[in-house]
Parts: sequence; C-alpha cells; structure tokens
Amino acid sequence: MAELPVTLGMANNALLLEYLPVLVFGGIGLLIGVVFMLANWVFAPSSPDPEKMSAYECGFNAFDDARMKFDVRFYLVSILFIIFDLEVAFLFPWSIVLKDLGAFGYISMMVFLGVLTIGFIYEWKKGALEWE
Amino acid sequence: MKALIDALGPLWGSLAGIGLSLVYMVVVLLTVAFILWFDRKVWAAVQMRKGPNMVGPVGILQSFADFIKFVLKEIVVPSGANKTIFVIAPIITVVTSFLTWAVLPVAPGWVLSDMNVGILYILAVSSLGVYGIIMGGWASNSKYPFLGALRSAAQMVSYEVSIGFVIVCVLLVVGSLNLTDIVNHQKAGIWDWNAFAFIGALMHGGSPAKMGMAFVVGLILFAMSVVFFISALAETNRPPFDLPEAESELVAGYQVEYSATLYLLFMMGEYVNIVFMCAMISILFLGGWNLPWGEVTNPFLGFLVLYVKIWAMFFMFAMVKAIVPRYRYDQLMRIGWKIFLPTTLVCVAIVGAYVAFFGGNA
Repeated sequence: MAELPVTLGMANNALLLEYLPVLVFGGIGLLIGVVFMLANWVFAPSSPDPEKMSAYECGFNAFDDARMKFDVRFYLVSILFIIFDLEVAFLFPWSIVLKDLGAFGYISMMVFLGVLTIGFIYEWKKGALEWE
Repeated sequence: MKALIDALGPLWGSLAGIGLSLVYMVVVLLTVAFILWFDRKVWAAVQMRKGPNMVGPVGILQSFADFIKFVLKEIVVPSGANKTIFVIAPIITVVTSFLTWAVLPVAPGWVLSDMNVGILYILAVSSLGVYGIIMGGWASNSKYPFLGALRSAAQMVSYEVSIGFVIVCVLLVVGSLNLTDIVNHQKAGIWDWNAFAFIGALMHGGSPAKMGMAFVVGLILFAMSVVFFISALAETNRPPFDLPEAESELVAGYQVEYSATLYLLFMMGEYVNIVFMCAMISILFLGGWNLPWGEVTNPFLGFLVLYVKIWAMFFMFAMVKAIVPRYRYDQLMRIGWKIFLPTTLVCVAIVGAYVAFFGGNA
C-alpha cells in the first residue's frame, strides 16, 4: 500500500481526476472490441479462397486501383468544416461569460463572425457548395 | 468517480468507479440491444409486417440471437486491404462512441465524470467518430467502401457544424458547459424546458417588452431543438440521411467489406451514438430527468424519467426511418450548408444580443 500514493500521484489533482472515467470508458470500449474479435477467431470457421478475398465489385474482377481520384468538393467541405468547427470552439467559452462581458464582448464576437461570414458568402458565390 | 475516490481512498475508490463504469456500459449496451429490436418492430409495424417475432416473446431476444450469429461467422479480410487499419477502424468507432457517455449525467447526482467542460468534450469526441468510418472505407481498398466513406465523412462534418451552433444557443441561455447545470436550469416544469421556454416566457411575466423578447428567444430555442433533431439524424447516418449506406447505389457504403464481429462493432458504435443523441436531446431541450410538472430529486425516479425520454426520442428516430423517403446527396448538403448553417448562425447572433444587452434570464 505504501507505493499507492506514488502510482496514483494524480489522485491529488482534482481536475485530472474528473477525467479518469474517460480513460476507463475508452478501456472498456477497447476491451469489448478486442474480445469480440477474439471470440470470432475462436468460434468462427476460416476458409479463405481467392474469390472470397477479392474486393467487392458487382460481380466482376476489379479493373483498376480503388484509391481513385475523387471530387475536390469533399476537400472543400472538410476545409469549411475546420473553419466553422474552430469558430464553434471559440463561441463556447464566449457564450458562458457573455452575461458579464456585455455589449463589448458581443460586438467583438460579431465582428469576428462577420469576417467569417464574408468568407462563407464568397465560397457560396464561387459555387463550392453546389453539388449536382 | 472523484467523489468515490474522496470517500473510499485511491484504491477502493478507483475500483468502485471502474465497477460503476462497467455497470453503466452494460446498461447502455442492453438498451442498445432492445432498441435495435424496437427499431425493427416499429419499422415492421408501419409497413404492416410482424418484424422479428421468433426469438423469445414477441421476438424481444432477437438482438442476442443476432449477436451469437455474428460471433459464429467468418471474418473476411480482403487480400488488397491494409489489414491493420482494416481491423483497427471498427474498434475506433466503438471506443469513440463509448467515450462520450463518460460525462453524461443519468440522474440527479449520478454522473461518472462531472467535468465542467462536458459539452465541449462531447463535441470534441463525437468529431473523432469520423476517423473510424474513413479509415474503414480507405483500408478496404475497394471502390464502394471508398466512396461511401467519403460521403459519410462529408455528411457527418457538415452537420457537426450546425449541431455546434445549436448547442451554443442553449449555452447562451443556460450559461454553463456542465450538463448537470443545463438540466437544473430546466427543473421548474415543462414550460421551462428549453424546447418549450416560449411558454415559460409568457408565464413568468414582467414588462411586455421583456416578455416579448423572452418569447422570441424561446421560439428560437424551439426551432433549434428541431434543427438539432434533424442534424442528429444526419450525424448518426440514420434514414432519411443514410446516404453512406444507400443500398441502391453504394451497396452498404463503408461497411461493404466488413463481416462478422467487425461489422457488428461498426453497427454497435452507430447505435450507441444514436442512443447518445437521444439522451442529448432529452438533456439539452427536454428537461433531462425532470418531470413535466416539476423537479425530480430522487435519483432512481430521475433515471427512470430520463430513460423513458430516451425511448420516446428513439421512437421518433424509428418513425422517421419508417416514413420519410431518403434524401439525394446534393439535397443533403444543401440543407446542411445553405439552410441550417446560416439559420443557426443568425440565431446565435439574436440569442447572443438578448443575453448581452438584457442579461437574458429566459
């Protein structure tokens, strides 16, 4: 028992302790994943053959590489997502203290949102959001 | 879990916490098993079929029979696949879907991780869910999974943004990132639940101007709850937004090459996420564990109330699946980026103005 305070040195840190369940839940998820796979390895039959192992392609053999070129709009969407998700992350703390910040805090954030909205309108007009 | 460690010391407190986490996850997984059955039953009833009815009374044990079948099937790893990533992808999906539950309070005082940034954590972790899907689709080295994964990733990130803005609206009104605080803000009764706060605005009285503003903010929150519901459907790839799995064009999307328990893990992760989204709607907009006529302080009753709300929300998910036709991909992206995003952005600005200039106690 003497070693425990060393191994659980974090236990004194109340803030980090609140995050311990996250670790536990991640561990449970990992455990379930691995156990399910092992169960399959133990109980299920295994009889691989070339046809079964080939990639699915509507009945005929694959005739070129599956990692093909794809539409650039998927890339644009992910870039837009990064911008707006960051924006949301900035809005979170702002929304909590807005009552205390008052008008100054509100106007500052609206300027920030306005700049991003101009960029968004530009993308919209450029047709980055058109899928046909 | 912190309270347990404070009470029982580091060793026994941690063990008790781990035990409680296990119980918590078992409850979630059992709920998922029965909700899968319920989903199929509702779908069947709408189409005047019987649905699963052979295993156990009214087929209620169907999910467990399915589980045994999944375990007894062969895992096929395509010869062209990147085997490590192919196997890791479903595990990542399951782990990320479990992680979000750590901060979810299920009853007054019953929460494993009462962290003060709960909502931010949920937003961060649910964004990670995309990795499992895109890794699975890419590692399969096959065309259908690749296209399905791209679509799925684009769809999930698109609706993530509007979910974020909707949550900001709620936070502005509540003023805390902690989920328990959000529920306690709605404890007075159904008129104070965020989805129906416009009724409360009229009941609380005050000067006509103040009442009117609170009413408008309440109406905005009601609209936001609808946006959140639709975005939750899209975020979890549920019909009518199940384009990654649109059978008629993409076979089964990113899951085409997956079989046996690897497929089961993907499906389990998806349903754990769906149940989580139902719980989130209940907590953010429908008063969490509080009854429509007042506060609940008994944790057992509170848990029961939240549990019923989760099932009621899932019933709506199931009905939408049964009666709404599937969207086309361009329509899906149009709703996400051109309607939900501008609408929620404007709503954040309006609610923000209310809070900043009038102190906002809606």
